[in-house]
Amino acid sequence: MSAFQLLNGLTYAALLFVVASGFTLIFGLLRIVNLAHGALYLLGGYIGFAVATRTGSFALGGLGAMTAIAAVGFVLDQGLLRFVRGNELRQVLLTLGFAFVLNDMALVIWGGDSFTVPIPQMLKGGMRVFGVYYPTYRLFVLVTGIVVFAGLWLLLNHTRLGALIRAGVDDAEMVEASGVNIRRVFLVTFLLGSALAGLGGLMGGAFLSLYPSADAEILVFSLAIVIIGGRGSLVGVGVGSLLVGLLNTLGQVMFPELAYFVIFGPMALLLAFRPLGLFGRAATS
Amino acid sequence: MTGRAIIIVLLVLAIAAALPLTLSNYQIGLATEMLIFGTLAMSIDILAGFAGRTSLGHGAIFGVSGYVVVYASAQAGLSPAAAIVLGVIAATLVAMIFALLAVRTSGVYFLLLTLALGMIVWGICLRWTQVTGGENGLRGDVRPAFLVAHRTFYWAVLAATAVVSYAMWRFVRSPFGLTLLGIRDSESRMKSLGYNVPLHLFLGFAVSGFFAGIAGALYAMFNNFVSPSTVALAQSVEGVLMMIAGGVGTLFGGFVGAAAIITLENVVSAYTERWQTVLGLTFIVIMIFAPEGIIGALRAILVSRFRSSSHFAEPGFELRNRKDTS
Repeated sequence: MSAFQLLNGLTYAALLFVVASGFTLIFGLLRIVNLAHGALYLLGGYIGFAVATRTGSFALGGLGAMTAIAAVGFVLDQGLLRFVRGNELRQVLLTLGFAFVLNDMALVIWGGDSFTVPIPQMLKGGMRVFGVYYPTYRLFVLVTGIVVFAGLWLLLNHTRLGALIRAGVDDAEMVEASGVNIRRVFLVTFLLGSALAGLGGLMGGAFLSLYPSADAEILVFSLAIVIIGGRGSLVGVGVGSLLVGLLNTLGQVMFPELAYFVIFGPMALLLAFRPLGLFGRAATS
Repeated sequence: MTGRAIIIVLLVLAIAAALPLTLSNYQIGLATEMLIFGTLAMSIDILAGFAGRTSLGHGAIFGVSGYVVVYASAQAGLSPAAAIVLGVIAATLVAMIFALLAVRTSGVYFLLLTLALGMIVWGICLRWTQVTGGENGLRGDVRPAFLVAHRTFYWAVLAATAVVSYAMWRFVRSPFGLTLLGIRDSESRMKSLGYNVPLHLFLGFAVSGFFAGIAGALYAMFNNFVSPSTVALAQSVEGVLMMIAGGVGTLFGGFVGAAAIITLENVVSAYTERWQTVLGLTFIVIMIFAPEGIIGALRAILVSRFRSSSHFAEPGFELRNRKDTS
C-alpha cells in the first residue's frame, strides 16, 4: 500500500471514529443500539450542508449540524425510547423504524441528488506529507478525528461526568443508588452521541458527498467497528475504526467490487474467538 | 392434529383457493405477494419465536435466492426448476455462513451481526455490477409457460406455501424444534443437559434460511425482476415487522402480518409515495403499543377470558425483558 492509500485509510478511519464513537457511547451506557445513527449522520450532513452554503461558514455548518442532530436525538430519546426502556430488542427495532422515517423525510426535503459540503478556502488544495501530495481537507479530517478522540478520552477519564458515564457503563443501578440522577447522565450521553453523528455527517459530506443510501454504508461500518471493538470502549472504537478504515481502503484498491468482504473476514475471525469484541466485557447486571 | 384442526386448515385452504375466482388480476397479485411474504415471515419466526434469535438478515437470504433464480434462468439459460433448486441451495449456504458467525451471539449482538451481514450482501449486489447488474438489477422471465396466468401462478404459490408451512409447523414441533425452544428459554440449562447449543442454533438457522430461500425463489418468479432493494435492509425489516405484527412464536401469524402490512402498503400507496415513512411509523407504533403483535394481542384477550392453554409457549417472549445469556 502506498503512502497515499495509507493516508486515505487513516482519514477514512478518522471519520468513522467520529461517527462510531457516538454510536458506542450510547450503546455502552444506555444499552441502546441506535440503528438511527446512520440516518442521524446523513441528516447531520444535509443540515450542515444547508447551513454551510447559506452562511458560507464551514464552522457554523458543523455547529448547526451538531445542534440540530442533538435536538433530533432528544426527540428520539425523550419522545419515543422512554416508552420501551429496559427492553433491548424493542429499543433496537424502534430506532430502526425511526431511521426509516428520517431517511424518507430527508429524501422528501433534499431529493435523490448527491451534495458535497463546500470546503472552506483555507482547507482547499493539498500539501506534501510523507513524500506525497495530499488534499489538505482530508488531513483536517484526520486531525479532527484525533482531537475528538483526545477530547472524549479527557471527558471520560478526567471529568466528573466522565466518571459517572464510566460508572454507569459498569453498573447503572449502583450509580443511581449513590444519589446520582443517572437519567440525566444518560440523556447527556445520548445528546453527545447524536451530536457526534451530526459532526461526522458534515465532515463526511465534504469528501464522500451526501446521497440517500450513504447512511446505510456508514451504519454498517459503525456496526462492524462496534462488533470488532466491543461495547462502550473508547479504545475499542479507536482500534476498530483503524482496522475497518484501513481494511476498507485496502479492499477497494485490491478488489473494488468486493471491498466489503475484506472487513467481513477479520470480523468473522474475531467473533469466533471473542463474541463480545476486542475490548468488550460481558454485561455485569 | 386433532380432527377440528384439520377441518379448520382445510377450510382456510379452500377459501384461499377460491379467492382468485372473485378477485381482479391486481388483487390476485397482492394475494400471491401475501403468501410469499407470509412464508418469509414464518421463516424468520422459526428463529425469533422458537430459538429466541431475531434476525435482521433474512431479507438478504431471501434476496440471494431471488438473484440466483433470475440469473440462472435468464443469464445462464437453465430450466426454471433447476434455477429454483440452485436459488434455494444458495440461500441455504448464505444462511449457513451467517449462522457460523452468529450462533455464538444472542440478543442485541445477534441482531447487529445479522444486520451487518445482510448489508454486506446488499453491498455486493449493488457493486458487483457484472453479475448482479448493479443498481439496475436483473430481469428475466422465470415462470414456465403454464404458470404465466395470474390465477394459475397463485394456485401454484398457494400449493407451495401450504406444503412449506406444513413442513415448518412439523419442524418447530419436532424434538429438534423443542430443543430450540429449550435454548430460547434457558441456554445454560440446555447446555448442562448435554445439548450442543451452537450446533442446534446453526441447524435451526440453516433450516430457517432454506425456507426463506423458497420464499425468495417464489418471489423471483412472481416479480421476474430482482434489484438491490430486494436484498436491502428494508426487506429484512418488512419481514421482521410482518412476523412481529402477526405475533412472535405463532408461526402462522406470519400470514396475518404479511396480509396486514401488504394491505397497509397498498392503501397508503394510493394516497402518498411515502411508504418508507409509514413503514417506519408502523414499526414505532407496534413496538410501543403492541409488541406481541395482532395475534398475540388477540390471544392475550382470549386467554384472559377463557384461560385456555396453547400448544406453544408464550408468544413474544423474545421481545419482553430478557437478560443476555451469553
